Amino acid sequence: MMDYFFHGGPGLPYLFAFLMGLSMLIYGLLDGYDLGVGILSYLEKNKQNKDTMIASIGPFWDANETWLVLGIGILLIAFPLAHGIILSNLYLPVFLMLIGLIFRGVAFDFRAKAKDQYKKHWDTAFSAGSLLTALAQGYMLGFYIVGFKLTVETFIFSCLVGVSLAVGYCLIGANWLIMKTSDQLQKKSIRWAKFSLAGAVFCIGLVSLGTPLASERIFSKWFTYPNILFLLPIPVLTGTLILWMRHILIKLPLKNDQYCWLPFAQTAIIAALCFIGLGYSFFPFIIPDQMLIVQASSANESLIIILVGVAIVLPILLLYTFFSYKIFHGKAEEDLRYD
Amino acid sequence: MDALILSRIQFAANITFHILFPTITIALGWFLLFFKLRYNATKNYKWMDIYFFWTKIFALCFALGVVSGITMSFQFGTNWPGFMATVGNVAGPLLGYEVLTAFFLEATFLGVMLFGFRKVKPWVHNLATILVAAGTTLSAFWILVLNSWMQTPVGFVMVDGRAIVTDWMQVIFNPSLPYRLVHKLLASGLTAAFLIAGISAFRYLKGYKSPSVISALRVALVAAAFLIPVQILMGDLHGLNTLKHQPQKVAAMEGLWNTQKNVPLVLFAIPDEKNKKNLYSLEIPNLTSIILTHSKDGEVKGLNAFKDNPPVKPIFYSFRIMVGVGFLMLFVSWIGVYYILRKKEFPKLFLKAVFYMTFSGWVATIAGWYVTEIGRQPFLVYGLLKTKDAVTTVPSAHIALSLTLYLIVYALLLTAFITTIFYMAVKNKDKEFTKEEIDPRTGQRRSIIIGA
Repeated sequence: MMDYFFHGGPGLPYLFAFLMGLSMLIYGLLDGYDLGVGILSYLEKNKQNKDTMIASIGPFWDANETWLVLGIGILLIAFPLAHGIILSNLYLPVFLMLIGLIFRGVAFDFRAKAKDQYKKHWDTAFSAGSLLTALAQGYMLGFYIVGFKLTVETFIFSCLVGVSLAVGYCLIGANWLIMKTSDQLQKKSIRWAKFSLAGAVFCIGLVSLGTPLASERIFSKWFTYPNILFLLPIPVLTGTLILWMRHILIKLPLKNDQYCWLPFAQTAIIAALCFIGLGYSFFPFIIPDQMLIVQASSANESLIIILVGVAIVLPILLLYTFFSYKIFHGKAEEDLRYD
Repeated sequence: MDALILSRIQFAANITFHILFPTITIALGWFLLFFKLRYNATKNYKWMDIYFFWTKIFALCFALGVVSGITMSFQFGTNWPGFMATVGNVAGPLLGYEVLTAFFLEATFLGVMLFGFRKVKPWVHNLATILVAAGTTLSAFWILVLNSWMQTPVGFVMVDGRAIVTDWMQVIFNPSLPYRLVHKLLASGLTAAFLIAGISAFRYLKGYKSPSVISALRVALVAAAFLIPVQILMGDLHGLNTLKHQPQKVAAMEGLWNTQKNVPLVLFAIPDEKNKKNLYSLEIPNLTSIILTHSKDGEVKGLNAFKDNPPVKPIFYSFRIMVGVGFLMLFVSWIGVYYILRKKEFPKLFLKAVFYMTFSGWVATIAGWYVTEIGRQPFLVYGLLKTKDAVTTVPSAHIALSLTLYLIVYALLLTAFITTIFYMAVKNKDKEFTKEEIDPRTGQRRSIIIGA
């Protein structure tokens, strides 16, 4: 056990690969709903509703975005050799994502403070920035899945994953709004959620088919006996959750706003299942079929130093994140503003 | 142009844009806390008015700082993969600790500070304000640890071309850290102070002569008057520290080409890098020897004594801009304190001068950064890794494209930022708080919401 984690064993790199994946998953869920709300806000023309939508993510988006920095930070800290290769290969999509994140983040503040005549431009920048970020992130995921091999097919596949992720973010964003809004806006969100769910189903299917086709190694990891038996729960559970969400979305809104949180929770579990599936496909590679996790990792001493920090800070971090969500628990009210 | 020069311009543009905003927020957070505590102590509503006005600007700066900071963290990988491949074992944990201990803290509690004041108890809100200020300062600490280590690297050994840390305490408290950290924190204090003073003077000149505007102006001027002499002293000590560890940087700052005794202080000159001499030099005899060696005929090493020299001109000019702005700050803030002590109304000419100094902190900070960062060239990590050996293999056309768009976006955002804060400065001119609007328990406005 000691040798597995220390003295050059693979334990520490694997642990950090897990932590990195976990940060990315949390990022996808948390900033996912922010970005989804951002994209959906383009569809809402009523000024008051738009303000409420944006107010619902106001206290959170900043901290949510930090999970991306943590994820990319772990890649940089724990796997410096892979970090350079991955980011060099993703140069342009990373750049587009950053431009998207820049506009999304600053538009949030500018729209409330700038002159009235500029406000609608910042609103557009907010939606467009959210959309660009989602598309770029999805494209990167797709391009990563195919191991950064650029052909016509992989380009189309990556673009489709880009659209898929944007739809997925819309789904979780709409489900967030169902939880955080009421009345007419909530009904609208339920409609958005239904549409996005249909899109998301198509997309999950697409990635699930594309991933094994992109690599023989992944194909054989999934579709050989007995692996396929152990893995069966993942698609079965995902399918069940999708049907269940469909069912509940038709029923909502219920009396006393019962179960308004359920679609959001269901989306989170589906995302986690997809994540487990992807993780299983790639392990033990950090760059699919090119570089192993253990080949890319830092000196163990550096990993231990970070691990100590993570062990101390992460519980505190989760505690005050929980605290912050508790403060802003409940429906987003109009007074959720500071100007 | 090749990937190296394009990547350097891109990183320089990025960090120049980024540094503007943390330089404000690091100190503005503490100013906000001060305003809030003044309200708690005096129950005078003008302090909450100042607090709310500057909270909005803080939030705007914070957002701009976050998005440009994230951009930078990606550029390590996209443009400088050799940096992490060589010194990743040092830089990685330092950046990691910044994210873990500071970034999440400030981001989460900023949400509570901005949106929570009607939802949490007053002491929780005070605590959130403190944690935001502490978070920004802690963030600055970790970043400056890494930056200082790149200037004065210690506490490691090289194994197979990768740095392996032998002593983390040495890495963190490396020789230039204490000087750089204090110098930077003071710079932030001065930047925020002159921003507050400048915007307040602008509001006053526009006829917005409320107690809150006058108090903000006074607090900022007094703060600046205290900070600037300390900063000048600290800058001097930082220079001596640099002389010890990076003598060629100091030689470039002073425009000293040949090693000599009785070195004069070059007030102004045009350095001629080709012929290695200064043109049109205006000098004070012996002063540089006195400053750097504390003796009139002390010997100082010139650029010719070193092999890897940084470019002289940008360092030489930037250094003079920084020092010049510093003395201007001293002059203006002390005159301001003179008026305050004499209980005189500020004359219009003085207010105009303060208004023109609104962004003086930015100018001095950026000039100072250029001195220290260009002064590190041709190295990325001093004496260890050359900049050209760390650059990416991404096609230069891609970098040219991203650089162009970054420059457009930054220019747009900077324009938007400056016009927006001046717009905010005059927007709610007649919407001072009245007693009835305020909840005396929390210092917050009651349910009335005044338009954005």
